Parts: sequence; structure tokens; C-alpha cells
Amino acid sequence: MLDVAIAYNRYKFIGNEFLTWLWFTIDTNQHFLKTVDETLTSLYLGNRLVLENSVNDASEIITIKGDDAGLEEGLLSLRKGAVVIEMNLAYKTENQEWKFTLKGESLSFAGLKVPETGPVETQADIEGMVLEKAYLYEKAIAMVDRLFNIFLQLRSSVEWSQKTVPNIKKWIQV
Amino acid sequence: MGILSSPVSITQYRVEGKLSEPILENVANGLKKNTVEDIDDQSSDKAIGWTCFNNPFSTDINQTPFLIGTHLVFSLRIDKKMIPSKIIQKHYTLEMTKKLKKSGRDFLSKTEKKEIKDHVIHLLNLRIPATPNIYDLIWNYESNTLWFFSNLKGANEELETLFTRSFNLKLIRLFPYTMAALTSPLSDVEKDALSQFTPTRFTES
Repeated sequence: MLDVAIAYNRYKFIGNEFLTWLWFTIDTNQHFLKTVDETLTSLYLGNRLVLENSVNDASEIITIKGDDAGLEEGLLSLRKGAVVIEMNLAYKTENQEWKFTLKGESLSFAGLKVPETGPVETQADIEGMVLEKAYLYEKAIAMVDRLFNIFLQLRSSVEWSQKTVPNIKKWIQV
Repeated sequence: MGILSSPVSITQYRVEGKLSEPILENVANGLKKNTVEDIDDQSSDKAIGWTCFNNPFSTDINQTPFLIGTHLVFSLRIDKKMIPSKIIQKHYTLEMTKKLKKSGRDFLSKTEKKEIKDHVIHLLNLRIPATPNIYDLIWNYESNTLWFFSNLKGANEELETLFTRSFNLKLIRLFPYTMAALTSPLSDVEKDALSQFTPTRFTES
């Protein structure tokens, strides 16, 4: 395996491509997402999307934020050659919701809000609360891991260049 | 940032290697040997070490259980003294004036100036309390995974160093490349091909 520091920078485009593919999938194929996680009722973009256009050695960052922000500017940026580098997501199951932000380069979680848990009243409640929180964090992490693994398998296959990329190009142009 | 806070940030790690038996005793020993030291009233400006989860100002590992369910749960504490540069400058100037008056000279050598500055910082560090920063972690020993509740670069780097020193195990940060290489279901051939990946262009060329 490559040196970790070198690999981080050299291959951060994989995470950015994952987020770009994820936006495309969210927008065009919610049914597929439900096959990835059978408890999922919806996965949609939240209140922040950051794109970067690094074409011609210059870097341009486009940030779209706000609860009701339109994503037309984001699509326009994709048309100009940008990729998604940061994305806020809302993940819903039947009666619970998670919100978090993923950065493409690290796929670390920021601003992760999990469903409400009960109050901690005594020291004895803390252990139970840790286990409950760990379960809720695990649910969001596992969902992203599954999606990323599916993306990696797709990215490693001929289907990526022959089918997925042409479909993403069509989606961007619509 | 803590496990029970909201919202939280999480950096994922893979733990490389295995502790020898008895595991809990070895974890406890690793923690005890590297608990954070109290540097208030001392001239040190930084202290890094382990502390108890949900009781971060106690370093008595025997008093607070770190095993919750199948998770090992404890915290990294980084205590740092931050002296505003203007305060250093003020005391440095006052000390220089005193030294000049005492020596009867009208200038000080570079070495003397450095000695005065070091002395001033030493005295101020004795007077200023350290600011604690606490970062929780959950280590799932069975699955070799660890969640660190911060995305801060500095805190993550301190964690990686202290973890290896305490338990003689390596922490590998999970990001797209390491996830693909270490935790994904890709075949060996696919993993080899990964290093040949080049960025995709989603626009018509």
C-alpha cells in the first residue's frame, strides 16, 4: 500500500467522484438507494453543497447553502467541469432522521446529528446512552460505507466508463 | 467533542495488530502509563494524554470503567497554555528595561534577549492555567475499528502518535484510498487497478 500521506492527496478525487455519483444517484434513482439499505425511506441533499472546478490548473470553489437553496448553480458548475467536494445529506428511515456532511477527500463525518435519544439522568444512564449513540452512529456510517463500496465496484468495472459516466453526462446536460 | 454531544464529527480508523491477552488489562496499562499530566503551576505549555470518558478531569482509570458493552471508550485530552503575544511582549519589554538599567548598558546581545524571552515565557506558563480540549473515542476491539470524535488535523495526529505509544498498535486513518485498499470488498486485482485510476471527466471533452 502507498504511503498514507501521499495516497490521501493523490487519490482524493475518488471521494469527490463518489459524492458526484451520489448526487446523480439521489436525483435519478431513489429506488436503487432503497436496495442498499432496506430501512431507508429517503436520502436527499441537505443544506450545503460544495463543488470545485480544477480545470486548467486553476481552482474555483462554488458553495451552495441554505435550506431551500436551488441546485441549478451546482449543475451548471458540473457542466463546466466541477466535481462535488462536500455534501450535506439527510438520511431518513421510517421514523428517524440523520443529518451529516461528508467531505470527498476524507469521507469523515462532520455535523452528524442522529435521531433524538432519551435524557441522561443518572450515571447509570450513561452506559446505555453510549450504546444507543454508538448504534445510531454506526447506522449512518454503515450506510455510507455500503454506498462507497458499491461505488468502488462500479468504478472498477467497465460499466463505469461505458454506462455510468455517459448517464451522468446526460443528467448534467438536462 | 464528545460521544454524547450533538452534532458530532467522526474520523474513522482501522487498528492494525492485536493486543496480547489479557486484553483489558493491557488496555488499562496502556492508558495508565499515558494519562494526561496536570501542567497547571508548571512551566510546560502542553500536555497530551488519556483521560476517563465523561469524567475528563479524572485520570484514575480504575475508578471509571472504560469497557461499555463491547466498546472500549475513553478520551484524549490536550491541555494547552495559550499566552497572548501582547502579554509576552509587555513582560519582555519590562524585563529588558530592568536588565538594561541594572547593567548600565544601552543594548543587549541577541543571546541575552533570547534568555529574557525564554525566562518571561517560563514565568508566564507558571501563572497561566492550561485550556483543556477533550476528544472522545470508541474503539471496537473485535472489529479493529476506532471512531475518533474530531476531524481536527492536529488532534488526529496527536491521537495517532499517542495510540501507538500506548498500545503498540498502528492506527490507519480511513479515507477513500485506505477504505478501498483495506476495508472494501474489492478483489486483489481490483485493488491493484485502483492505483491506476485517473480522474473522470464528467463533461464532454
